[in-house]
Amino acid sequence: MVQKLDTLTETPSQTAGPYVHIGCIPTFAGLEGIYPEDLGKRAIDEGAQGEIVTITGSVFDGTGWALRDAMIESWQPDAQGRFPGQEGADPKVNGFARFAADGDSGEYTLRTVKPGAVPMRGGGWQAPHISLWITARGINIGLQTRIYFSDEDNSRDPLLLRIEQRHRVQTLIAQKTGDGLYRFDIRLQGEGETVFLDL
Amino acid sequence: MTDLGPLIPRNRAVHPVAYDVDYKTSVTRSPNLPLLSMESTLTEESGPRFGHGLLGPLDNNLILNWTKGAAPAIGERILVHGRVLDEHARPVPRTLVEVWQANAGGRYRHVKDGYLAPLDPNFGGCGRTLTDEAGYFQFLTIRPGAYPWPNRANDWRPMHIHFSVFGHSFGQRLISQMYFEGDPLIERCPIAATIKARSQLDRLVAPLDMTSARPLDFLAYKFDIVLRGRRQTMFENKLEGM
Repeated sequence: MVQKLDTLTETPSQTAGPYVHIGCIPTFAGLEGIYPEDLGKRAIDEGAQGEIVTITGSVFDGTGWALRDAMIESWQPDAQGRFPGQEGADPKVNGFARFAADGDSGEYTLRTVKPGAVPMRGGGWQAPHISLWITARGINIGLQTRIYFSDEDNSRDPLLLRIEQRHRVQTLIAQKTGDGLYRFDIRLQGEGETVFLDL
Repeated sequence: MTDLGPLIPRNRAVHPVAYDVDYKTSVTRSPNLPLLSMESTLTEESGPRFGHGLLGPLDNNLILNWTKGAAPAIGERILVHGRVLDEHARPVPRTLVEVWQANAGGRYRHVKDGYLAPLDPNFGGCGRTLTDEAGYFQFLTIRPGAYPWPNRANDWRPMHIHFSVFGHSFGQRLISQMYFEGDPLIERCPIAATIKARSQLDRLVAPLDMTSARPLDFLAYKFDIVLRGRRQTMFENKLEGM
């Protein structure tokens, strides 16, 4: 026998279910007034420094149908690559946002500031990106992915460089569709499947 | 910001499988391809922090928060309490815990729930709180009812409360469900069964906790939550001048 490890194991995940909005985005479920406002309603406050961008997209299932009940959370640094809580971080950047796929169209919209590059432990830089966490009915553990930008230099990003099938890199890159406008679709399964992360 | 070290990689064996034919919706919503694994970065190791300014006085009292204290919800009054810890068994203080649930009859207050059991005019079904310095949280609520759902022809969810926990870094983000000791529907539930190790599913089943029940008022259930921890970086970062 050996000594017993005194570590614990992470609590198992379960699906957020179709009514995740009750707890996380109550006004979307029809619970107006329970809180003054939904948590994570705005990624940025007015006056945030940097380029303001609007990212639109859908989350598609394996048949190509857009999910109408997905909840997405995003986390990102300010235009200088500083996360909230770091010294000198832009106080107008909340970093965190929460949004739902539209109940009719399945489209989501994220209005935020374009993030700056983020340093790696041990040197090097990550290209500007926004971290996403996707939950929904049928998703048993939240799916992590990232939004990169088609008009940035992504060639030296350490995460993108780890993707063996180089054509799959494109699934993480939001395409610029206009001035300050980007499209980022997420494909859960099948052709063009988005790269999901475990880190 | 001091470097607390990378997040401990997730042990995916304790978590549910992504694809499970018996939970039908998962069939088209599960990735086919493997996840891309890498050591965590500052993006995953940082995360949103929420303060007490966010909370209203009744936010963790689901019996009263929908009517702002004017009238209580109908059902079995219970206290749900526990601690949020990390994998090193250290408390996770000042972290946001959110819950949502159906009412005593199994009906959700959601525009998309059309189950014939009635809404309770005095019950909303969502709550939130921050853990204290010891990682402790509590909610006062009514025990949710079981409800049917369109999966196989006669599937019923066990009584459950949904939990959403933030931790201190975005990579710790977790949503799960708490079940109740002794509920025979747990054995029959295809969502519970997406967790393949029975010992792991058992960790989602809250025991009745008579020591925390208040006589003539409410029963209690204990539910502890473990989030990912951070690996120390002692041998990775060179000391100053070395």
